[in-house]
Amino acid sequence: MPRRIVIGIRGVGHRVIDSIWRLGYASRFFLLTLLKSGISFRRFGLVIRELYFTGVLSLIIIIVSGLFVGMVLGLQGYETLQRFGAESAVGTMVALSLVRELGPVVAALLFASRAGSAITAEIGLMKATDQLAAMEMMAVDPIARVVAPRFWAGVISMPFLAAMFSVVGVFGGYLVAVVLIGVDDGSFWSQMQNAVDFRYDIVNGVIKTCVFGVAVTAIAVFEGYDASPTAEGVSGATTRTVVTSSLAILGLDFVLTSVMFRGMS
Amino acid sequence: MTPETLVEIKGLNFSYGERSILKGVNMTMSRGKVIAIMGGSGSGKTTLLRLIGGAVRPSSGYVKVAGKVVHELKRDELFEMRRKMSMLFQFGALFTDLSVFDNVAFQMREHTDLPESMIRDLVLMKLQAVGLRGVHNLMPAQLSGGMARRVALARSIALDPLLIMYDEPFTGLDPISLTVIGNLIRRLTDALGMTSIVVTHDVQESLKIVDYVYFISEGVIAAHGTPAEVRGSVAPFVHQFVHGEEDGPVSFHYPAETYASDLKLEKGFA
Ligand SMILES: Nc1ncnc2c1ncn2[C@@H]1O[C@H](COP(=O)(O)OP(=O)(O)OP(=O)(O)O)[C@@H](O)[C@H]1O
Ligand SMILES: [Mg+2]
Repeated sequence: MPRRIVIGIRGVGHRVIDSIWRLGYASRFFLLTLLKSGISFRRFGLVIRELYFTGVLSLIIIIVSGLFVGMVLGLQGYETLQRFGAESAVGTMVALSLVRELGPVVAALLFASRAGSAITAEIGLMKATDQLAAMEMMAVDPIARVVAPRFWAGVISMPFLAAMFSVVGVFGGYLVAVVLIGVDDGSFWSQMQNAVDFRYDIVNGVIKTCVFGVAVTAIAVFEGYDASPTAEGVSGATTRTVVTSSLAILGLDFVLTSVMFRGMS
Repeated sequence: MTPETLVEIKGLNFSYGERSILKGVNMTMSRGKVIAIMGGSGSGKTTLLRLIGGAVRPSSGYVKVAGKVVHELKRDELFEMRRKMSMLFQFGALFTDLSVFDNVAFQMREHTDLPESMIRDLVLMKLQAVGLRGVHNLMPAQLSGGMARRVALARSIALDPLLIMYDEPFTGLDPISLTVIGNLIRRLTDALGMTSIVVTHDVQESLKIVDYVYFISEGVIAAHGTPAEVRGSVAPFVHQFVHGEEDGPVSFHYPAETYASDLKLEKGFA
């Protein structure tokens, strides 16, 4: 019996040490990526190419989801607010929910599963088929040439995708509340304009999306680069990207929200 | 070490974890020669190339390329050295996100300031040499295995390196391409004064083009010599390998428990 306990404790210790080691390794990799980002900016064409894959190809899912989320918000908001006779505030509710929370968070979650997983799979497959090793042998650093452009493309496209999500979402709310249900057009927009503050709501929302963008793409490129070079290795890494970055997004969102909106009156 | 020696390997040991792969390998390779490395599957040939290229570190011994010990170089010195060497990977390792043209142009764009018009001419020349100028705007996924390997060969000679390592350049080629590629390796070596290390299983084809052969078996150099010496050799190992016989000193099987015990046969049955 004591032997079992010892083995159990040892197992836990191993796990802890392993995960700390991995965290350190990931941080080091992240710093290297930043340090080697020079050519991403000197040859911006490399980033633009990746922007197309991570950003432009994510647009459809972002727009469609944004529309539906906005429409649901319009319905639920109207349903709740009309109990208090405040149905004209539905515009405010839709806009604030989107700009502060749902835009950044849902867009980032979608981004993680659409673009993040693709980045991991691509880099992992390049590793599994010796492409990264071949690049090393050609005296070209794969972190500078492959990882950094993908990282920056993700970081740049995330805020735009989230903004797009919010804009389309507001439009979805408008469709349901004003066009379908018949809330007054003028008060829908004017109340929204009065209630949404540029610095307090929009800027904070943008800061959130930037943080999420860095987190998701950093996780995605690391998991791809660290994948074991086999088919299972790559598929496992892709799954880990989606799981880890989703948890990171939700955790970071709580932290950021509690810092940003603490003094809300 | 004479000035003609480009690669010198002394007492090289390497292991993956506990498993020892190379055990005290010694080799010298002169400039302007084609050297073949032959040996059974899993005998450590690819590993040896990775050691020469500095992708992995030896556990003892050293590899010297052009007088410099590879594993002692700093990262930028290593990269400097790698600009003068190139490696054809066993499975081609073409960049799947770039077209055939861009694959061959990759190093020219990364390491030189050549104008695009000149890059275009050079790339087409290299592709012409492997007989694939016609596919320059296809993507790697649209090529057959043998074609991909030939494109990879064109890419590896892109910057006319001093040393090229070919990991099984002949596998998956039809007899015609095989002869063409074999002759191409010979011609490049002679014309540009480069050194070629060819890992291969294709004994007959490679004996026609190489200057020297090393046989590697279970992590040691089992035999070496010129093609004429190899053909005439009566050493059982060389004979078995050159003639592809099943019985002889080389075992076809990866080391394992005895077959009978692995199959859980009772003593009496086996
Ligand atoms: N990354 C690795 N980790 C652990 N062991 C490895 C690794 N790569 C190769 N090996 C082992 O090293 C040995 C030599 O491998 P290597 O790839 O050098 O063989 P090879 O001579 O090139 O064989 P082939 O002709 O089949 O390509 C093999 O037994 C293999 O199991
Ligand atoms: Mg091999």
